[in-house]
Amino acid sequence: MEAQITPAMELNQPVATGKPVIRLENVHKTYDLGEIQVQALRGISLEVRQGEFVAVMGPSGSGKSTVMNILGCLDRPTRGHYYLDGVDVSGMSKTELARIRNRKLGFVFQQFNLLSRTSALENVELPTVYAGIGPEERTKRAMESLTRVGLADRAGHHPSQLSGGQQQRVAIARGLVNRPAILLADEPTGNLDSRTSVEIMQILQNLNDEQGLTIVLVTHEHDIAQFAKRTLEFRDGKLRRDTVVGDRLIARDVLDTLPTAEQQAAEDAEDIARQEKLAGGDAEP
Amino acid sequence: MNFTSTFRLALRALARNKMRSALTMLGIIIGVGAVIAVVSIGQGAQYMVQQGIQAMGTNVVFVAAGSGRPGGIRVGYGGVKTLTIDDMKAILREIPLIKEAAPSVSSRRQVIYGNQNWSTSVTGTTPNFFEIRNWSIQAGSVFSDEEVDLAANVCVIGTTVARNLFLDENPVGKTMRIGNLPFRVDGVLESKGQNVIGQDQDDAIYAPYTTVQRKISGITWVQFINASAISPVASVAAVNPITSLLRERHRIRPGDDDDFFVRTQSEVANLMNQTQSVMTLLLGGIASVSLLVGGIGIMNIMLVSVTERTREIGVRMAVGATKRDVQRQFLVEAVTLSMMGGAIGIFFGLVGSALISNFLSWPTLVSIKAIVTAAIFSAAVGIFFGYYPARKAAQLDPIEALRYE
Repeated sequence: MEAQITPAMELNQPVATGKPVIRLENVHKTYDLGEIQVQALRGISLEVRQGEFVAVMGPSGSGKSTVMNILGCLDRPTRGHYYLDGVDVSGMSKTELARIRNRKLGFVFQQFNLLSRTSALENVELPTVYAGIGPEERTKRAMESLTRVGLADRAGHHPSQLSGGQQQRVAIARGLVNRPAILLADEPTGNLDSRTSVEIMQILQNLNDEQGLTIVLVTHEHDIAQFAKRTLEFRDGKLRRDTVVGDRLIARDVLDTLPTAEQQAAEDAEDIARQEKLAGGDAEP
Repeated sequence: MNFTSTFRLALRALARNKMRSALTMLGIIIGVGAVIAVVSIGQGAQYMVQQGIQAMGTNVVFVAAGSGRPGGIRVGYGGVKTLTIDDMKAILREIPLIKEAAPSVSSRRQVIYGNQNWSTSVTGTTPNFFEIRNWSIQAGSVFSDEEVDLAANVCVIGTTVARNLFLDENPVGKTMRIGNLPFRVDGVLESKGQNVIGQDQDDAIYAPYTTVQRKISGITWVQFINASAISPVASVAAVNPITSLLRERHRIRPGDDDDFFVRTQSEVANLMNQTQSVMTLLLGGIASVSLLVGGIGIMNIMLVSVTERTREIGVRMAVGATKRDVQRQFLVEAVTLSMMGGAIGIFFGLVGSALISNFLSWPTLVSIKAIVTAAIFSAAVGIFFGYYPARKAAQLDPIEALRYE
């Protein structure tokens, strides 16, 4: 058994030493498009242990989205095995997979994907509803979750009343509410400005450091990947590089170097004033 | 996900698009409302007809003296002399289905009071005749059984006779003449209007049958026996026993024709039932067409809703909603729409029929059956037309759904 997974072991030197929560064994994914068959994944083997913070990278078409879908139990491998928290989920039915997603996985998306006209609290409660948890316990857990992302005071707000960063934090709270084994974040900062992106990374780093939450992050930005502990680079449906992040960025420190929102605003105002002045100077004879 | 949560979710989803939900429900509202209103009008009308038929006496069995050829000469209906008061007594005694019976013998006579005179039918009978026919007295009273035994010169008169003979006077207690005989008027009958063939039922005088037999017509037989059965069904069931009894009593040999006729109101009842089923069919047709239209509206909106909320479905699936959860969510939404429409429709139907009976003075009768049927049907419409959109939602692939713009 151990011998079978050695290829993966050779590739990666797990940073964390916890038990494996993700183990892919020679996973293939082929999309049958009628005339042609697209091989999205060609034999992926990897292992992610508890407490790791992994960034999945690669250009579009590299198979990183496919691997994310498989890790997220939204899709099943054509061949190979996927052990999630020690259980082989590769042969499970869609209903069983829905249950696994509900109990073991938390999702964070680029588009936030919050339900509109629904309060932050209710958005966070959503997974607990499908877990069959009673209303009181639901609210309690959702509030805990919101507190962890620092939005307890916004529980009653609708997504439209929240900034992008706040919406993404609500989405993270939603991902945490069922106490998953893994948090899967698909380009979570893709729609956010630099400072907010770092703020989101800070939350993820805190969750990883303090709670030992395993996080898998998909990103195409190198500086975002630098916040993770390990990067997996995909290309042409294969895992090309598996590296430990050397000079890991710590979001708290990075935030200190970035201008705050007020400073940014002041800077912007200065820029505008300067430009106007220039324009005005030109206009004068 | 339990039912209460699903239901609350459906209500919230519908509340999000109030205008759209209201318009979607409108189809069901109008359909159900119209059906409830029309059914209550129909039931009201039917009730009136029923009352009319009951006024004639629903349990009545008529035995009429028939045609025959006594001594080779054929005579018309009521012409044979074989039907007697003893036949009536035998029917009452031998056939338990018959509760009461009254004879009648009539002839046309000139009647006179003061300087007025009038030609009308004089019918001899017993006091229970008026009970059998559901006919009440407007003023005075009916003559008594003793007066029948005594063949007394007393009578009750119909309103037409009262009007033509007594003008504005109160006839009760007055003495009028039938032919040459003086008769005391004991009472005036309630007006009954025309019967089904247009005869004025109020143009009549009723006196003890003994008096009419002996003093007016000079006969010993009767022309009709008006019997009352214990129920409408019994009135039909009594026809055969009466027939055999009378054949036996009249010593009619097997194979020979009856010298009497037995009739019931069952023909009328049958006709009524037929009308009723045609009416029900018609209303059922209207109801199903309008509910069909309403249901298509619901299906249409639910399909739009599924498309609009593709992303929401994706999110729900990602966080653990199973196909069944999604299907149930949309199905409950459709059923909530249709049932709310049904409930509002029932309400408007009731208000509508109340307004109609108030302002148009049409009788309406709200039928619980119609309300229950409408409620069940609107739920069924929701399930039927909500199924396809809900299934479509449940079949979505979460990956595709999450990517949907």
